[in-house]
Amino acid sequence: MKAIKYILTGILFGIIMTKSEAVSWYRIQEMFRFQSIFMYGIIGTAVISGIILIAVIKRFHLSDMDGNPIQFLGKDKRWKKYLIGGTIFGIGWALTGACPGPIFVLLGQGYTVMLMVIAGALAGTFLYGVIRNRLPQ
Amino acid sequence: MITILSKPWPWYVSGPAIALILAILLFSGKTFGFSANLSNICSMMGFGKWVEYFKFDWKKQQWNLWFLAGSIIGGYIAAHYLQSPQPISISHSTIADLKKLNIPFDGNIEPGSIFSWSYLLTVRGLLLFLGGGFLIGFGTRYAGGCTSGHAITGLSNLQLQSLIAVIGFFIGGLFTTYLLFPIIFK
Repeated sequence: MKAIKYILTGILFGIIMTKSEAVSWYRIQEMFRFQSIFMYGIIGTAVISGIILIAVIKRFHLSDMDGNPIQFLGKDKRWKKYLIGGTIFGIGWALTGACPGPIFVLLGQGYTVMLMVIAGALAGTFLYGVIRNRLPQ
Repeated sequence: MITILSKPWPWYVSGPAIALILAILLFSGKTFGFSANLSNICSMMGFGKWVEYFKFDWKKQQWNLWFLAGSIIGGYIAAHYLQSPQPISISHSTIADLKKLNIPFDGNIEPGSIFSWSYLLTVRGLLLFLGGGFLIGFGTRYAGGCTSGHAITGLSNLQLQSLIAVIGFFIGGLFTTYLLFPIIFK
């Protein structure tokens, strides 16, 4: 039954991503060309809301619905993997106009060409899994 | 209700709505990280037999795969029942810049001239979709997250490593937009 809850949350996510237009190739181009506040407004207000949310969770030591404390990832002093990996992802994001979530949302919208993006993404993930120990972290 | 939802959403509604997804997942004892599903799928396909990185119990991550399945359904519902009849309103300068790259603005969410199978099966199309997808998969696993994990969750948790990742996202995006696109599309 737990599956239903995550499917419903995913449906909500798919609707929000579609209606926000954050799945749009045009919007991503507009963002990387700094020609509108639109995408910055979405990410900015999402992060401000998120900062308040997480600050409240930490301040009041809130628990999740099962009664377990909500925990967050610790600090990581490494930076190369974030910078290099992030840059590689950024190239793919601009090319396809979609990050991983929107790839699947767009597939649901009927853009079947996203199947090719998914195939590529799985191949890229596989290669990373194979060569990760040889990459600077 | 449907009529209101069908209108284009202003950004100050969409942003907090995305944070609501983060809230639901956190209070369910989970995290918001979509690209982890790429590893989950590889593990589910049995790649753990050959590659250590995929040798984990993907069933513990099954919730995220259900979330992925939901996102496909959500895209379908929004596209079929909550679609606004108006074309999306992109900045005029973006429309002009894209026109110079021979990409016409058609008012849809995605440019129809590019997002089609006939375009996909060209060298440009393969570079864009297969190549782009490959870099998304490789890059997000290398950086340990994508827009949901780093830009939304990580920045909300004030993690320096996520800020570094997001700076990387923009280095890659700007490089592609200003240097690669003129080569690819002209």
